[in-house]
Amino acid sequence: MSNSGLVKSSIGRKLVMALSGLFLLVFLLQHLIINLLSVISPTSFNEVSHFMGTNGIIQFAMQPILIGGIVIHYIMGIVLTIQNKKARPIAYIVDNQKANSTWISRNMIFTGLTILAFLVVHFIDFWIPEVVTKFINQDWSGLEDGIEGFRYHHELVGKFSGTRGIVKASVYTIAFTFLGLHLAHGFASTFQSVGFRHGKYTPTLVKIGKAYSVIVPLLFALIVWFHALVSAH
Amino acid sequence: MNLTLKIWRQKDSKAKGAVETYPISDISPDSSFLEMLDVLNESLVLKGIVPVAFDHDCREGICGMCSLYINGEAHGPDRKVTTCQLHMRMFKDGDTITIEPFRSAGFPVVKDLVVDRSAFDKIQQAGGYVSVNTSGNTQDANAIPIPKRDADMAFDAATCIGCGACVATCKNGSAMLFVSAKVSQFSLLPQGKVEADRRALNMVGKMDELGFGNCTNTGACEVECPKGISLDNIARMNSDFLKASIISEEK
Ligand code: HEM
Ligand code: SF4
Ligand code: FES
Repeated sequence: MSNSGLVKSSIGRKLVMALSGLFLLVFLLQHLIINLLSVISPTSFNEVSHFMGTNGIIQFAMQPILIGGIVIHYIMGIVLTIQNKKARPIAYIVDNQKANSTWISRNMIFTGLTILAFLVVHFIDFWIPEVVTKFINQDWSGLEDGIEGFRYHHELVGKFSGTRGIVKASVYTIAFTFLGLHLAHGFASTFQSVGFRHGKYTPTLVKIGKAYSVIVPLLFALIVWFHALVSAH
Repeated sequence: MNLTLKIWRQKDSKAKGAVETYPISDISPDSSFLEMLDVLNESLVLKGIVPVAFDHDCREGICGMCSLYINGEAHGPDRKVTTCQLHMRMFKDGDTITIEPFRSAGFPVVKDLVVDRSAFDKIQQAGGYVSVNTSGNTQDANAIPIPKRDADMAFDAATCIGCGACVATCKNGSAMLFVSAKVSQFSLLPQGKVEADRRALNMVGKMDELGFGNCTNTGACEVECPKGISLDNIARMNSDFLKASIISEEK
């Protein structure tokens, strides 16, 4: 088999899925740290946001790579799911899957598509307005009339204020729950996919995965609720 | 025991097939599942009905021939047993038991509950062997020292009987557990390492070509495998395959 065979092989596709998933896991940590700043120190949050939003490398290299990673991950997820459905053209009449596997491991496409739906909402909420300000209005200053310092923290709090903020926080919380479920299987699964399974390290990795899938989504949710209930008042 | 059996009946590979219901009575809890089907078939013959076709051979859990998806699980509800070793005491009097053939694009139905698993033979022929000259002067295998752990793992992998329960169980119809057992059995041993790259590439290539699905690490296969073949083997094959396709020059 030649190297073009790698990409077309089932294990090659798993490698793509695993590497893009791993990349998203790392990205999530970075995203979380910046979000935490919005609670701990609005000034640092503003500074980091301005840096991330105006730095050429981040805007024109990292951001396209990130979007590419997400696109590859979900396109491959959909491709794999379609192929896997084809591998069982006739379904069982009785299929007791819960006897041998967890719900989360069987529903990665479902939890994944929920995250994708959330990403659309999240993009409309945060990303599109930024694109409009920077690329259409050509305003890269990070400033806004009537606001002292950078505008980012002020805008964030605005987005979560009032009843709409509560509704938004609830939608975000649901999405974070599905993210947690996706990662509860995905984290450890990545290592199995790339062929790393070790008697000494795998049990620890599984534990780290469980912790990651609870702590990271939980912190994301707490931050959102902090802004909806505390900052906005 | 009195039971209601719902069995998939299909005249031949082209027929559409449907579920038929057969009541059955006076089954001993100590009989095996296949013996229960024998009793059913005798009664069907007496009634002039074509008996239910199902696969079996050794009836002692070693050949891998018996199959059946029983109440939603390959080889039924018991663990680490084949259907011939499944006993009726696993069921309750009055139960309804649904019996279906293994379902996979790679395992077409031949008749009733019999499926064609020759796809596994094709995967084996693609590399599941060690090439040696049987000239009569082959080296004594015990002359090569092998770490006990490796020998044990290779032996465990070699207990795979090729029954296909892993494929039947997997929601993706993936054959990874079977193929990984066959790959590991050799790649763990010095005699098999020599051809490890080519073996991994060819066997995985054949598996993909025959229409088996992609593994998503649900782990269902390991639970339903009558021989307890471990997911360790899949990880080993993944890394063998990736090394072979990225690092080695083997095509
Ligand atoms: C922040 C977002 C996301 C993260 C961090 C993430 C992470 C992961 C990880 C780590 C895996 C395990 C990979 C493996 O088993 O090798 C995975 C698998 C999967 N993801 Fe995602 N994912 C995200 C979004 C999505 C989206 C938007 C979809 C939409 C379709 C999706 C669909 C899937 C599917 C179907 C699998 C299972 C594939 C398999 O196990 O082979 N994911 N994800
Ligand atoms: S791995 Fe287990 S379930 Fe799969 S064919 Fe071998 S013995 Fe059967
Ligand atoms: S008939 Fe041989 S394993 Fe069941």
